[in-house]
Amino acid sequence: MIPILFAGFSALLLLSALMVVLHRNPVTSALFLVVAFCALAGIYIVMKAEFIGMVQVIVYAGAIMVLFVFVIMYLNLSHDLERGATIVLRRMIGWIAGAIVLLQAVLVMAGRWALGPISQVVPPPGGNTQVLGQVLYTRFLFPFEITSLILLVAMVGAIVLSKGKTGRGASPKATLESMRRQLPPGVTLTPPPGGQE
Amino acid sequence: MNALLHKVLAPIEALPPDIQFALWAFVKIFIILNVTLVAVSYLVWAERKICSRMQGRFGPNRVGIFGLLQPWADVVKLLFKEEMMPGTANKVIYRIAPGLAIVPALITFSVVPFGPGLQVTDINVGLLLFLAMSSIGVYAIVLGGWASNNKYALIGGLRASAQMVSYELAMGVSTIGVLLLAGSLSMVDIVKMQTVPIHVFGMPMSGWFIFRQPVAFIVFMIAALAETNRTPFDLAEAEAELVAGFHTEYSSMKFGLFFLGEYSNIITICAIAVTLFLGGWDGPGPNAIKFVWFFGKLAVLVFCFVWTRWTLPRYRYDQLMNIGWKFLLPVAFGSVLVTAALSYYMRSPR
Repeated sequence: MIPILFAGFSALLLLSALMVVLHRNPVTSALFLVVAFCALAGIYIVMKAEFIGMVQVIVYAGAIMVLFVFVIMYLNLSHDLERGATIVLRRMIGWIAGAIVLLQAVLVMAGRWALGPISQVVPPPGGNTQVLGQVLYTRFLFPFEITSLILLVAMVGAIVLSKGKTGRGASPKATLESMRRQLPPGVTLTPPPGGQE
Repeated sequence: MNALLHKVLAPIEALPPDIQFALWAFVKIFIILNVTLVAVSYLVWAERKICSRMQGRFGPNRVGIFGLLQPWADVVKLLFKEEMMPGTANKVIYRIAPGLAIVPALITFSVVPFGPGLQVTDINVGLLLFLAMSSIGVYAIVLGGWASNNKYALIGGLRASAQMVSYELAMGVSTIGVLLLAGSLSMVDIVKMQTVPIHVFGMPMSGWFIFRQPVAFIVFMIAALAETNRTPFDLAEAEAELVAGFHTEYSSMKFGLFFLGEYSNIITICAIAVTLFLGGWDGPGPNAIKFVWFFGKLAVLVFCFVWTRWTLPRYRYDQLMNIGWKFLLPVAFGSVLVTAALSYYMRSPR
């Protein structure tokens, strides 16, 4: 049962991952990425790592990809816009990067590319959620806290950037002034009739 | 009786364990799926009856006694209605979205314990499965709104995605208190933890987590209203501004699936609330009839959902975001902090 499930999820993962790169429509690509994340979660669960599997779905499929889809929809990109590097250059970079990855894969897997008996994984009594929590909060506490700090900094940075120079902190008058300064010469900004500056 | 049962089941017991497991799971899923779908259609009937009583009307009363056959008539109508699809719609995604609306809610039902031993499966990350499925549920609305290629539907979908991502956080954090007390992510363990009475200053008290986590319960229920897109948080389908929101372009059974999805989400989220806070199937009586308690509590919570919808007006969009981020989330975090501190200092010495 387990090898069949593993093969099924792996096939689904590879197929959907291929479709992410091959499909032209950005929304469809994003949706195939969601399918890929779910298939990966399935593989985790087959490997008895159910906590990681569920968190994979919650964080990647449920939160990050929703934001991706949100942004793609908001920009209303109906198809891939051909801008920036020329298609020839892009293809060349793609081939070089692919060759490097293939070379590395060959080098890494050269010695151990053989299917052996599956080692019997004995799940810990409390499920691996408990074990993971204990390890995270004792042995790996420092990297864990550093990671959360980095995320916090990123969050604060995003808020600062989105507020900009004329955010809500600035007074309406200052906002209007800075808008005037950015106007091209010869254009004036008049307040609406009855409105106040 | 038992011997007869053994004789009937003998050919099944001869099969390999994997196949047996799959077969039993299939039977359980079949039963629970059908019970849920019938319950959902009667929830629609109940909502129409309750809301008409609140407005001094009778509600559906023509099809069958008390209008009890109304859901069946509605389903037949929806199935035979002509299907329309906008010419500029994204055909594949347009067709997938209604299915996505109902599947996550039904998957969550596989981990809900209805009674002692009465559940499809008891996995040790049951609560995480619920959170995962509720976060997947956003896609139905977002994609339905986008694929219709209609500006009202798109705005409805965008609003829904922002709203559901924000309220998911408050909902997830509000369950952490329960996890701290139960010490397990398995739904069955959480219910079993609540069946044991606790002692406060020597006085016996019910072990239900609602008494130890009242704030978390309130946060959970408010977030649940927002997650299921019910009034006062139904901005995704605000009729006055967006025609019908994300399902403007849907008709026939595709609309029906969105409808079923909304109501099965209500039942699912109430079933989870009963399991987490109201003791699940805990109640007096023999084990065989304890599922009655579960469904009784479920009915009370579902009634509260309907009651809220027909009592409160809709929030404005900025109010909605302020409640989610500036009120519910800090309150939920506060509750977790207090719970964690108390359970650290009051833990039994080992």
